[in-house]
Amino acid sequence: MQEHVQLTQKQINEDLLTSVLGTPRWWWPALGFFVLVFLIGMSAFGYMLNQGVGVTGLNRPVFWGAFMVNFVFFIGISHAGIMISAILRLTQAEWRRPITRAAEVLTVFSLMSALMAAPLVHVGRPWRADLWVFPYDFARGVWINIRSPFVWDPSAVMTYLTASTLFVLIALIPDLAIIRDRSTGLKRKLYAGMALGFRGTPRQWKLQTIAGILLSALVLPVFVSVHSIVSWDFAVQIGPEAWHSTIFAPYFIIGAIHSGVSAVATLMVVMVWAWGWNKYITPDHLDAIARLLIIVATAWFFFFFLEWVFALYTLEPAEMAMRKLQVFESPWSWLFVVFLFTAYFIPVPMWLFRGVRRSLFWMFVTTILVNVGMWLERFLIIVPGLMRRSEFIFDWGSYHPSIIELAMVAMTFAWVGMGMLVFTKVFPLIPLFDIKEGMVGRDEIRIGRRIVPASIRE
Amino acid sequence: MTTLKPPKSVIGLFEDEDTAADALDAVASAGFEQKEYEILTGTPYPEGTFGEEEPIHKLYRFPLIGAACGFTAGLLLTAGTQLAYPLIVGGKPLLSIPPMAIIMYEGTMLGAILFTVAGIIFESRLPRLFMGAYDTRITEGYIGITITSGEDEMPKAEEILKKAGAVDIKRGWEQTDFD
Repeated sequence: MQEHVQLTQKQINEDLLTSVLGTPRWWWPALGFFVLVFLIGMSAFGYMLNQGVGVTGLNRPVFWGAFMVNFVFFIGISHAGIMISAILRLTQAEWRRPITRAAEVLTVFSLMSALMAAPLVHVGRPWRADLWVFPYDFARGVWINIRSPFVWDPSAVMTYLTASTLFVLIALIPDLAIIRDRSTGLKRKLYAGMALGFRGTPRQWKLQTIAGILLSALVLPVFVSVHSIVSWDFAVQIGPEAWHSTIFAPYFIIGAIHSGVSAVATLMVVMVWAWGWNKYITPDHLDAIARLLIIVATAWFFFFFLEWVFALYTLEPAEMAMRKLQVFESPWSWLFVVFLFTAYFIPVPMWLFRGVRRSLFWMFVTTILVNVGMWLERFLIIVPGLMRRSEFIFDWGSYHPSIIELAMVAMTFAWVGMGMLVFTKVFPLIPLFDIKEGMVGRDEIRIGRRIVPASIRE
Repeated sequence: MTTLKPPKSVIGLFEDEDTAADALDAVASAGFEQKEYEILTGTPYPEGTFGEEEPIHKLYRFPLIGAACGFTAGLLLTAGTQLAYPLIVGGKPLLSIPPMAIIMYEGTMLGAILFTVAGIIFESRLPRLFMGAYDTRITEGYIGITITSGEDEMPKAEEILKKAGAVDIKRGWEQTDFD
């Protein structure tokens, strides 16, 4: 971190509360757009409930389509918050400060989208989804089947959602006190209630600091378990043999981190463009996250490579059938090429250049590409994995997502955009107290003939 | 019969860390007890910046208790449901340990996290209904020192804070933040 602008606490309040205390001109049209897409998706959902799942492209044997792709994709994006926030907090990385909250909030809304994609939409009859979790016949004592991944999934995802939400709320308390002190009337009463009477005593600050570290340490194992369990949804299934991979859990986790960290980088660029927070999110921050992405992407690519090595080494017919579909049959073959180039071969070599890492535009483009690729990766695991001809499958036709299905996919993306926009209107997206702490602990020191910024830490 | 009077508090605002630290020393040497004065800041400072005592807390007990509760709940749910509706399949043991471990693990972590959050709020002494002496400039960078004591002590407290270099002094009766 070589670039640094020393700011007063008053300046920080003025800059970072612009999203809460004022409304930029673009905010209402942007919200309107997301609400419109969301409503179209909800209408499509209503139509599907009325007509049945036949209005989607789902059919034998492809029972999992775009909805499940979306579920796995958004669970992956949700790993952004914990990867950035928890790991960087625990390692005391200074560049985490302006991005932790945005990453955590992205986690919360992505998890909600994942829940919207799978239990709500995918099941077709969502009013029966509770039967996975709650006993469906008290009178006869028929309980849930805990051996089913559809019980593991809700327990892991709900634990992660609860933990992530509380993580965000606890870290918000000092910032709510700042808004309380800067607002009047009913708004002040609301923020005063939410701030719980926070005054900034040494005890309260100490507990805040410990909370950040302790909750990070507790949420990390949950984050690992969530995507492992999502991968076991695939790996423990009896039907699609090509999914019986022992490396699915770490492969899914590292893939989730790849797409999640990329999504955070995209969000950082959007925050600078939308609110002009370039004093807080500098090219140094983009440089740091791009370097992290090179490592994460390469680790993910290693697992992807291993999965192929294991498949080709064993030459199992089921594995080979799926690989042939992915690589040699249209449209999967060209989707496979697009996936490889967007997820790895275009962004990673570009991130090797300093100019790209420090450019808002190029970081936006490359990180969007990664998420296009990672969505396709899940699509290419799910659809070709199911649609191939195998034992007792008498109908192995292709799968084409219908317009109704695509409207519901768009709805889940719109939900994240809508949620993030509404959040920024009510709460600050950059943690003010964390930025202020960074400013207090900053100084400039002379080393030889240079004066460089330094961070003072206990 | 004596009536119990509510404590009164006064706050002095300081512009920089050194003056605030000296002021805190002056308050302590004037005979006020540790529990009677507090320092308020708009950002976390390293512990002991103002010469204040290290706050003692018991937060680490909370996740342990929560984890134990969560583990027990997970065990009861997974083992209890299988025992409540016993179905032996293929001569395999009734209790299926691997899926039980997954749900018990999630239960343990959920319990630990919920109790930790409760512990953070409790140990931070929140929610606080009455703000006492407080000034909104604290969240703008001013450092506040509050002295909470009997009404008779207030003139003395104000004098100490003024002499120590407070840029502003305010009394705060036990009013709510909702005023």
